[in-house]
Amino acid sequence: MDKFEKLSGIAAPMPLVNIDTDMIIPKVFLKSIARTGFGKNLFDEMRYNRDGTEVPEFVLNQPAYRDAQILVAGDNFGCGSSREHAPWAIADFGIKAVISTSFADIFYNNCFKNGILPIVLPQEAVDVLMKDAEKGANARMDIDLEAQTVTTSDGEVFAFEVDSFKKHCLLQGLDDIGLTMEKAAAIDTFEAAASQSRPWV
Amino acid sequence: MSPKTLYDKIWDAHVAHEADDGTCLLYIDRHLVHEVTSPQAFEGLRMTGRKVRAPEKTIAVPDHNVPTTLDRSKGIENEESRIQVEALDKNAKEFGVHYYPVSDVRQGIVHIVGPEQGWTLPGMTVVCGDSHTATHGAFGALAHGIGTSEVEHVLATQTLIQKKSKNMKVEITGKLMPGVTAKDITLAVIGETGTAGGTGYVIEYCGEAIRDLSMEGRMTVCNMAIEGGARAGLIAPDQTTYDYVKGRPHAPKGAQWEAALTWWKTLYTDEDAVFDKVITLKGEDIQPVVTWGTSPEDVLPITGVVPHPESFKGGKVEAARRALDYMGLTAGQKLTDIQIDTVFIGSCTNGRIEDLRAAAAILKGKKIKDGMRAMIVPGSGLVRAQAEEEGLADIFKEAGFEWRLAGCSMCLAMNPDQLSEGERCAATSNRNFEGRQGYKGRTHLVSPAMAAAAAITGHLTDIREMI
Ligand code: SF4
Repeated sequence: MDKFEKLSGIAAPMPLVNIDTDMIIPKVFLKSIARTGFGKNLFDEMRYNRDGTEVPEFVLNQPAYRDAQILVAGDNFGCGSSREHAPWAIADFGIKAVISTSFADIFYNNCFKNGILPIVLPQEAVDVLMKDAEKGANARMDIDLEAQTVTTSDGEVFAFEVDSFKKHCLLQGLDDIGLTMEKAAAIDTFEAAASQSRPWV
Repeated sequence: MSPKTLYDKIWDAHVAHEADDGTCLLYIDRHLVHEVTSPQAFEGLRMTGRKVRAPEKTIAVPDHNVPTTLDRSKGIENEESRIQVEALDKNAKEFGVHYYPVSDVRQGIVHIVGPEQGWTLPGMTVVCGDSHTATHGAFGALAHGIGTSEVEHVLATQTLIQKKSKNMKVEITGKLMPGVTAKDITLAVIGETGTAGGTGYVIEYCGEAIRDLSMEGRMTVCNMAIEGGARAGLIAPDQTTYDYVKGRPHAPKGAQWEAALTWWKTLYTDEDAVFDKVITLKGEDIQPVVTWGTSPEDVLPITGVVPHPESFKGGKVEAARRALDYMGLTAGQKLTDIQIDTVFIGSCTNGRIEDLRAAAAILKGKKIKDGMRAMIVPGSGLVRAQAEEEGLADIFKEAGFEWRLAGCSMCLAMNPDQLSEGERCAATSNRNFEGRQGYKGRTHLVSPAMAAAAAITGHLTDIREMI
């Protein structure tokens, strides 16, 4: 997995609440058996007309935001389906961090498995960052995972919380399965005991 | 010992390892797999030379992409869908997991097949690469959806890296009024909490109105816990649960049944256990509800009117404006004046036998409105067989419904069952998101009885006028 340490990039504003994973990547793209190539279909139904031409008003189609690496969004980002195709599409587009007041649980976890940092901040902070993002390509936001801060283009700093284990894995680009396999003995012990106490499982 | 909630008890029984910071390895008793979220996980195993650690605890079934038309033995026309189902066929065989292929009468929606076959039991941990895994919480199992990386993690290690969620209690007191169903309960709760209200929590549903529900109804309630943002929904097992489980193909038998029952009877929230959040609704206050917008929290009693976007706060004003535009509705319009083009009865929310019975009770001897497109998609091949045996299928066919084979179908429209642009559907499924049932399709979530009523009248209908 890609490491995430520091990021300085353009942030795209998406002030909608409840952006669900069907919006992030519509189901027609879930038929792939690959993990890559979803970036061009990120936000497909909002981003393109039926004939495949771009919707010019859509934020990621605007010249200022084509290379956005950060999304600032409304409450409850990533709700709905568990599809990991959503973070795959986000990462494939080049977005490495999403900022909102809240994220849906499964989406939030999925981000960390794909080198994306989801940042939860209070409404007031998200409002300020949304305004900053609206400035377009002239404004770059800075994110420092080690220090757990987001800095606006004006230098205003917001600190955020992140689970220490998830932070560690993201900073190091660690593979979860490999880490868990190091604890195989604990799993073996648990399994043996459970097969005695709950043999019907 | 300090008092524990039901969630605490199941959690404690499954922690295989706990790190100093509280990060746990949670042991997984059942892993359900479908074709959409698993191919990349199996591919990951192949690339790293890993095996499935516990194939005997892993159950796979194709459901999202399968055709539901009667000629499906001809195969899947869409190439990508076909490849995805074939990939599951191949992976199930190669990795040696339990499998119900399309040709098997037991095939169906993964969340219906699991309980039906007795794979889901009280006190278990159950995961699936699918957000509606919450359904299995109806058995007092800790069940939740995971992403594909986690699917691979569970396949390889039979554990999940987890931190414990907070405890939330949703109590529905008293009795439900006539015409009010489990679907109305679960939608009413989301209307109350919002779609993010449960984020960070595991919900335990309790109270007399929950106790009075059948297992089918309980599954409907827990199914939509995820729509309220919760990691999982739970209902403590009781006699209703044991009666449902007993005798199922993979349920314990004989002495093991007795041993299991002894443990299951300890699975309840201790009297003084503390919840981090409590919500209480009176059963008699819950009305038959419908959704008007594009989020499951956009829910109102059927007697209501389409709300004004300005009546909301913050980012929701813009979302409501967008929703009305998408749904083609005007603020102030009566919900019962909304004309319906299509009715879809099915999905893991409402595709079980009891749901079909509820629809049949309304449809018996009636005809659907002229020009209405109406389909019933049973949740599994066995539900379909039972409905045929009970004569329900005849009622549906005589009323003018299409009687389909089992699958997810128009719940998310990955197969050919889709809405066209602007087509308006009363659906018993769980999501009314933009494009969920087809590009620019419009969805109103309702109970099976309300869906049947709308099929007859051609508009959203208060079921209480028909019973
Ligand atoms: S019926 Fe709908 S919600 Fe349930 S598993 Fe299938 S697609 Fe998902």
